[in-house]
Amino acid sequence: MNILEVLGSIFTASVAAATLRLATPYLFAAIGETFAQRSGLLNLGVDGIMLMGAFSAFYAVLMTGNLLVGLAAAMIIGGLMGLAMAFISVTLKAQQGISGIGLYLFGLGMSELLFQTLVGTPKSIQGFPPIYIPGLSDIQFLGIGRIFFSQNILVYLAFLSVPVSAFIFNRTNFGLKIRAVGQNPAAADAMDVSVTRVRYATQIIGGVMAGVAGASLSIALLDVFQQNLTGGMGFIAVALVYFGRWKPLGVMLGALLFSFVNALQLQISAVGIQIPPEFSTMAPYVITIIALVFAGKQSERPTALTVPFQRGE
Amino acid sequence: MRKGLRFLAVGVAAFGLVGLFPAAAQDDVFRVAAVSPSATNDLAFSQSMFDALTMLDEEMGDAFEFTFQEGTFVVDDAAVALRDWASSGEYDLVIAHGSQYGSVVEELAAEFPEVAFAWGTDVNTFDLPNVSAYTVAAEQGGYINGALAAMLSESGNIGVIGPIEVGDAKLYVDGFVSGVNATDPDATVNVTYIQSFGDVPLATEAATAFVSNGADVLSGTAQMVVGPIGVALEDGLWWFGTQSSQAELAAESGVSFQVYRWDVVLRDLIADIQEGTLGGESYVLTLENGGIEMEVSEFTGLDEETLATVEDTIASLTEGIISGDIVPLPSAEATPEATPAS
Amino acid sequence: MNRVIQVRTTSTNWLRAVGNRLLDVAPLLVALILAFLVGSVLLLALNVSPLAGFSSMLQGAFGSENTIAETLVKATPMLLVAIGICISFRGGMINVGGEGQMIAGAVAGVTVALALSTSPSLIAVPLSIFAGFLAGAIYGGLAGWLKAYFNVNEILSTIMLNAIAVQMMNYLLNGPLLDPTEAGVNHVPKTARIAEQLQIARLSIPLPEGVAELFSLQNAELFARTRLHWGLIIAIVLAVLAYFLLWRTTIGYRIRAVGENERAAKYAGIRVRWNMVLAMLFAGGFAGLAGVVQVLGLQYRLQTDGSATGFTANAGFNGIVAALFGGLNPLGAIPASIFFGGLLVGAQKMQRDLGVPAALITSLNGLIVIFAVSSEYFRAALARRRSLGGGSMSGAQPVTAPPETAETRIDPGDSIGLVSS
Repeated sequence: MNILEVLGSIFTASVAAATLRLATPYLFAAIGETFAQRSGLLNLGVDGIMLMGAFSAFYAVLMTGNLLVGLAAAMIIGGLMGLAMAFISVTLKAQQGISGIGLYLFGLGMSELLFQTLVGTPKSIQGFPPIYIPGLSDIQFLGIGRIFFSQNILVYLAFLSVPVSAFIFNRTNFGLKIRAVGQNPAAADAMDVSVTRVRYATQIIGGVMAGVAGASLSIALLDVFQQNLTGGMGFIAVALVYFGRWKPLGVMLGALLFSFVNALQLQISAVGIQIPPEFSTMAPYVITIIALVFAGKQSERPTALTVPFQRGE
Repeated sequence: MRKGLRFLAVGVAAFGLVGLFPAAAQDDVFRVAAVSPSATNDLAFSQSMFDALTMLDEEMGDAFEFTFQEGTFVVDDAAVALRDWASSGEYDLVIAHGSQYGSVVEELAAEFPEVAFAWGTDVNTFDLPNVSAYTVAAEQGGYINGALAAMLSESGNIGVIGPIEVGDAKLYVDGFVSGVNATDPDATVNVTYIQSFGDVPLATEAATAFVSNGADVLSGTAQMVVGPIGVALEDGLWWFGTQSSQAELAAESGVSFQVYRWDVVLRDLIADIQEGTLGGESYVLTLENGGIEMEVSEFTGLDEETLATVEDTIASLTEGIISGDIVPLPSAEATPEATPAS
Repeated sequence: MNRVIQVRTTSTNWLRAVGNRLLDVAPLLVALILAFLVGSVLLLALNVSPLAGFSSMLQGAFGSENTIAETLVKATPMLLVAIGICISFRGGMINVGGEGQMIAGAVAGVTVALALSTSPSLIAVPLSIFAGFLAGAIYGGLAGWLKAYFNVNEILSTIMLNAIAVQMMNYLLNGPLLDPTEAGVNHVPKTARIAEQLQIARLSIPLPEGVAELFSLQNAELFARTRLHWGLIIAIVLAVLAYFLLWRTTIGYRIRAVGENERAAKYAGIRVRWNMVLAMLFAGGFAGLAGVVQVLGLQYRLQTDGSATGFTANAGFNGIVAALFGGLNPLGAIPASIFFGGLLVGAQKMQRDLGVPAALITSLNGLIVIFAVSSEYFRAALARRRSLGGGSMSGAQPVTAPPETAETRIDPGDSIGLVSS
C-alpha cells in the first residue's frame, strides 16, 4: 500500500459517521454542563448522572418496550439528580468539586447495584433505530448519506442542542440571566434576578441532559447496560466545557475532535495497521491537551464559577 | 482470629464492640471461597467459575458451600479477601480466579501452609505443596471458532475484539487467527485490543469499525463483548464467543461458544483435598478432558444444513485437536502442559 | 475521628477549645449517621439486616488485628496522596491527577528498584523512593506548568494525564518492563518481583510482656502476621512535615497566598506562576510516593489489569476525599484516611459475609461525601452563632469568597470542618 491508499483507508466515511456517534453522549452531557457552569456551578458528578440515566432508560425500555418511556425515565432521574446537586451547591453552599465527586460515586454505585438486583445478567434491548431519510440517506457522494443521514434520532438531537443552547445563551432573557448570575451574582441579585432560581434551573437542565447522555448510550448507541457503562465519559464532558470555553460551538468542536481521534484509532486497527495499541489509545488525550495549549486565554470563564452566592457579604 | 470481643488498637477502641465470628464447625461440609475480577454475571471469565461452583453446589447439596467475592479487579482488594479467608481457617479451598492474583497467592500460601489455594489462569504452583494452578487451552476453542468463522464468512473479512494481550484472552485470539488462516488463507482477520476489559462503548465502536470495513463475522473475549454482540445482532453478523455461553444475548447471531467447565478441575481438586493433598499440581482444561465444551447456540439463525456442517466441523476439529493432528498454536505460544496428566 | 480535634488548639482555654471542636465535628457526625441511615434502607431493600450489615463492616475494618492492619494498609497510599492534595488545593490547584501521578511514581520507582536489585538496600531503597517522588512531581508539575504558562485548566489536564499514564504503564508492562517469566506464558502485565532487600519492611509493634495474653493475641508482636508496612510511618511523618511546610515556612505561606487570592499574592510580590507549579510539584511528588510505596511496601512488583484502578485501587481519587475530609490539613488527613480505609476494607467484608454487592458501599461512600460537604453549611451556621456570642473561633472563614478570586479558587481551609488553617 502506498501512503495515499493507507490514508484513504483510514479517513473514511465510516470514521466520520463513528465520530458523530461517539460525540453524541459527550455533547449532551457537555452542553448541559455548560448551562450549569455559565451560571457559576461546577458539577463534577456528570458521570454519575449519566450512569443513572443510562440505567433508568435501559430498565424502562426493558420493562415497557417503549423507547420514549425510557428517554423520559432518564430525563426524570437526571433532573432529580440535578435538583439534588442544586440543593447541595446552591442552598447548602457545599464545596462543588467535591460534592460532585460524591454524586459521581453515588451514581456509579447505585446504577451497578440496581442493575445487579433488578436485571442481573447483560441483556440487550431494541434501541432507537437509525433514521432512514429517502433520498438523503442514499447520497453516495463522499459518503454524505451515511455520515449525516443514517444516524439515530438522539444523534441529531445532540447536535441540535448546540444551536439551541447558543440561542438561549445569547438571544433570550433567560440566557442573559444565566450569564449575569455566572459573571456577577451580586449585581444580578441587585437587579432582582434570583440567583438561586437561575442556578437551580441550570443545574436541573444539566442533570436532564446528562441523563439523556446516558440514555443515548444505553438505548440508542449500545442498546445494553453494564456496570460503569460510561467509563468516565462524564469527566471528559466536563473537560470539554473548559475546552470549548463555555460556548456551545466550542464544546461541539471539542467533542468532535476528541471523538474523531478515538474513531481514527479504532479504524487504524480495524484495517490491520500495526501500532502499539497503548499509543493509539492515549492519542485522543494527548491531542486534547495539545489542543488546549493552543486554545489560549480562558477569558470567557464565568467569574463566579464554583463560588456560592451569599447575599450581603 | 475468630475469638470474640477483642481490644482494638489505640484510637479505635470505640469500634471494638463487634465480633463473635460464627465458629467454624469441623464437619463434612466442603467450603470454598473464591474471588474474581469481574461480576459473576459477566457472561465471561468470572461467570464461568461462578457457574461451575453453582453446579457443584447443586450436585453436592449440603456437603458443599461456597462464598464468592466478585468485581475485585483491584489486586490489593483481592489480597484482603484472600487473607481474610485463609486466616479464618474456615475454608477447605480458597480460589483466586484471575491470573493477576498470582503474586498474592504465592505470598499467602507460604504464610498459610495449612490452607489449600487454587488460582488461575496459570500453570505456576510456585513449588508450594498447597497451591494448585489451573488454566485453559483457550487456543483450542479459539481455533475451532476461527475455522468456523472463515467457513461462514462471505466477505473473507473477520474482526476480533480483545481486551489486553494477556492470559486466556491472548490464547483465544491467537488460536482464532490461526484457525482462520488454516481454513481460508485468503481471509483477513484483524484484531483490536481495546486496552480495557470493561469499556463497552469502545468495544462497540471497535466492532462497528470492523463492520464498516467489510467484516461479516465477529468474535471477541472479555466482559465488554456485550457491546460487540449488540453490533453483530443489529447488523446481522455471525458472532463467536468464548469463556461462557453468550447464546441468549447473541440470539440469532450466535454460532458457537467455547465454554470453560471449571467444574472438571474443581472435582479433581476437591477429591484430592479430601484425601489430604492440598495442592502441588497444575491443571489445564482441554477439549480432551472435557474442560472445554464447544456449545452450538440453540438460538442461532443458521439454516439446518449449515448448522449440520458446523456441528460436523466442530466434531472433526475436536477430534483432530485431541489426537494431535491439528496443532492450534506452535507449542512455544500455546498453553504449557499440565505438570501431571490430569 | 475524635482524635483530630485535639490537633491544634489556639485558645488558651483548653476545655472551651475542645468544646468548640466537638461542635465543629458534630455536623460531620450527623452527616455520617444520615449516610448510614440511607445505607440501612438500602440494606433492608436487599433483604439484609442493617445491623448485620454494619457490624460485618465494622468487623471487617477494625474487628481484628489483621483487619486493622488492612485498614491501615489501605489508608497509607490514600494518606500520601491526600498530603499532596492538601498542598495543591491550598495553592488553588484542583489536582485530580493523583492516579496518573501515582502511576508515574510507581513506574519510575520500580524501574530503579529493578535496576539496583543487587545494590545494598541503604542506597537502593532511598533512591527508588526518591525516583518515585521525582517522577510523580514531574508529572504533576507538568499540569502545573500547563496551567501557569498556557492557562490549561488543571482539572482537565490532570484527567487527560491520568489516561495517558495508564497507557504508558500498559506499554511498559507489556514490553520493556515485562516480567521475563511471563513473556511466554500468560503475558500478565507485571514487572519482575523486586529483590527482597529492596522491599520496605513489614511493621510490627513489640508488646510489653503479658499484653498479648491479656488480649488473646496470637503473637507477641502486634501486627506480626499482617501486611502492615513501614509505609504508614513514612506517610504519617510526611504528613507532619507537610503541615509544617504549609503553615510554618515561607514556601507554604506563598503557596497558600496564591491559592487564597491570586491577585493579592501578585501585589505582594509573590511569583504566582512559579508557586502554582510548585504546588503541583509537591502534589505530584506525594502521589508518586504513594505509588512507589505501594510497590516497595506491599505488592513488591508493579502490575495492572490495564486500568489505572487495577494498580492504584483508586487511592489517587480517594485521597482527594480524605484530604477534604481532613479539612485540607495534612494532619487532619491522617484520621480521615484511616476512616475511609476502614470503610473500603469493611465494605468488602460485608460483600463476603452477606453477599451485599460492594456497589452499595460505593454509592454509600458517595453519600457520605455529599452529606459531609453539605454539613459545612450547618457547621458554618453554628460557628457564626458562636462567634456572635463571643466564643473563640479558630479561624473559620466566611463561606463566600470575593468574586475576583474565583479563577483558581477552591474553598480554602475550612470547607469541610475539622481543622482550621
